[in-house]
Amino acid sequence: MSNAVEIALIPLLPLAAFIVLGLFGRKHFNQSAGIIATTLLTTSAGLAFYTAYQYFFQYGKVAGVYQKVIVFKYTWLQFSEGFSIDMGAMIDPITAMMLVVVTLISLLVHIYSLAYLKGEKRFATYYAFLGLFTFSMLGLVLSSNIFQLYIFWELVGVSSFLLIGFYYDKPSAVAACKKAFIVTRFADLGFLIGILILSFYAGTFNFSELIERLTSYESSNLLTAINASFVGISALTWGLVLVFIGGAGKSAMFPLHIWLPDAMEGPTPVSALIHAATMVVAGVFLVARLFPVFQMSPPAMDIVAYTGIFSALFAAIIACTQTDIKRVLAYSTMSQIGFMMFALGVSKTGGEAGLGFTASMFHLFTHAMFKALLFLGAGAVIHYVHSNDMKDMGGLRKYLPITHITFLIACLAISGIPPFAGFFSKEEILLAAYQQNHLVFYAALITSGLTAFYMFRLYFSIFWNTAPSPLENLSKPFGRTGGEAHGDHPGEGGFAMMMPLVLLAIASCIAGFIPFGNFVTTDGKALASQMHLSFSIAPVALAVTGILIAVLFYKTNNNKADKLAASLNGFYKAAYRKFYIDEMYLFITNNILFGIIGKWAAWFDKNVVDGLVNATANGTGELSEKIKTFQSGKVQQYAIFFLVGVIGLAVLFIYIWK
Amino acid sequence: MLLLPGLYHLLFISTALFFIGMFGFFTRKNLITMLMSVELILNSVNLNFIAFNKYLWPNRLDGVFFTIFVIAIAAAEAAVAIAIIINLYRSHQSIDVAQTEEMKY
Repeated sequence: MSNAVEIALIPLLPLAAFIVLGLFGRKHFNQSAGIIATTLLTTSAGLAFYTAYQYFFQYGKVAGVYQKVIVFKYTWLQFSEGFSIDMGAMIDPITAMMLVVVTLISLLVHIYSLAYLKGEKRFATYYAFLGLFTFSMLGLVLSSNIFQLYIFWELVGVSSFLLIGFYYDKPSAVAACKKAFIVTRFADLGFLIGILILSFYAGTFNFSELIERLTSYESSNLLTAINASFVGISALTWGLVLVFIGGAGKSAMFPLHIWLPDAMEGPTPVSALIHAATMVVAGVFLVARLFPVFQMSPPAMDIVAYTGIFSALFAAIIACTQTDIKRVLAYSTMSQIGFMMFALGVSKTGGEAGLGFTASMFHLFTHAMFKALLFLGAGAVIHYVHSNDMKDMGGLRKYLPITHITFLIACLAISGIPPFAGFFSKEEILLAAYQQNHLVFYAALITSGLTAFYMFRLYFSIFWNTAPSPLENLSKPFGRTGGEAHGDHPGEGGFAMMMPLVLLAIASCIAGFIPFGNFVTTDGKALASQMHLSFSIAPVALAVTGILIAVLFYKTNNNKADKLAASLNGFYKAAYRKFYIDEMYLFITNNILFGIIGKWAAWFDKNVVDGLVNATANGTGELSEKIKTFQSGKVQQYAIFFLVGVIGLAVLFIYIWK
Repeated sequence: MLLLPGLYHLLFISTALFFIGMFGFFTRKNLITMLMSVELILNSVNLNFIAFNKYLWPNRLDGVFFTIFVIAIAAAEAAVAIAIIINLYRSHQSIDVAQTEEMKY
């Protein structure tokens, strides 16, 4: 391909930013780090947009079907003839779409951070980490084989870890980054085993051949994978489920979601980039990438669908009770990713039945826009109030007019109110669910009503309601200590912070009108976007109801919400405590893992393993005590030993060893 | 009657010299005496070389050459040994091996 260089540059420019700023940033570029990184990323984003444009409108389509294009590839590790790990770049519709999303959001976050982290001591380090993350994420979406994807998958995990723990002097941030890393790493173990199973049966790591060999019933690879079984479940299903566990860990699906709310300890722009728009959808991307193979195993598809819908509903309920605004957004992210996941899970291949796939990718795209907007808006609020808790906020619409408007647009978008972006994608998802699985559909309907409620609860608590008294004298910092805002200049943070908000707000308004079915479908053929007005009535009505309830409860300061919470006492408390999942994990680790398995392992280690080592050392010591007297310092004694030795050798050579 | 010494006479003398040297080396405590004992051992070997050369291959000179080598090496060895003995005397005011036993475990 003639444009291989351009495509290779897309991930390599952020990598360059990482290397330069990581090595020399703190000494030489601490002031200019933001400008350098932003410039490099602007170029990268330009190239990504150009690549996506070229792919979608020039060379991507052959006879009306979008092709997978291998841009470049070279063999990295050759195991045997025809079996190797390659490094390369592949472009297909979802990759092109992800390129656009990742570079766009990353660029806006770079710009936003210029103002948000101004004055931060480790400014250059921050931009270096952002560069590393962007590089890994772009590498992940461009990967041409599953092993390369795994490498970048771990790299995004590492950069997420680094960025969550960016304020490493804050114990909660340190705990959060460790939690995120350990939980996702644990899930990645499943992913790795899944990769090995799938590529063992397919005999290749490359996506195109892997999908080809595992989806055609004439292929012997597929038949072996289906016939080989373990505990009554076919190897194919095992492989896919294990791969999905990896994806669920990254995408914060129940029960591996516990790291995501805590990950909000990172700087808010990072939450917008990594924990809302890009990295957390990697799991969705992974399932979408292997979608044709998932199709071969209905049980795996069911697991995807039901995990998705359960996580969506579960997270939405928790989101209604949280008071930390970033945690509300985190649970809402989890809920929306649940939407994408179950949309994939209910989808079939080809034409109309493949609507779920298109809808899922569409929602991924629009969600990235409005969720990044919500996080950046929340960042502006936190920057202003110096607190994360919505109890410290209220009445902010007068102080933060631009943030207010853009936040409102994002809330409308995520609630699915026409004509904002979320409406279109969510309607498609609901329609796809309705066509395939009614149970999932009704759960999704409830969830979307809840979504509208908790988003507007958030919106009204921040921007309406009554301001708590300290808001009047904002000149002095107040609220939770250890907040992440820098400097105490009042106002909205200037052009650098408002420009991304406005751009994303515009995107949230118009992204819904993109005819997504033309670009991303299961079979690469265009799919006419479906929109039935009558079908939309129920979801929109539910969303409006949710909003109205929120208006009633939170627009003015009243105790209706508290009364409702009191009447739902037990349930409310359980939801507020996140259904005790964290406690359950702690119980399992402390009592079962540490208490039962760990105790015996420690005993074995102390007594058997250490005992063996100590016995060796003691034995050697005692032996040397005994033989050290041979070295007496008496010259003539040495001479006798020498004589005895010579005589011994003489006897040996003359009589015994003839 | 003239009694010519045969091979066995020479070998007997050589063996006697060797064991005298060995005995001296193991029993004397004086380093110079020990050095002399070593010289006795070397000379017993020299005598062996000469005797075998004369009685087994009378028309060759290998044994004689070897003896000359051994004498040369022994001279060098004596020089080194005496240097060591002098140094030892300087540090210990004695050349008695029984008093220089601190180089041990």
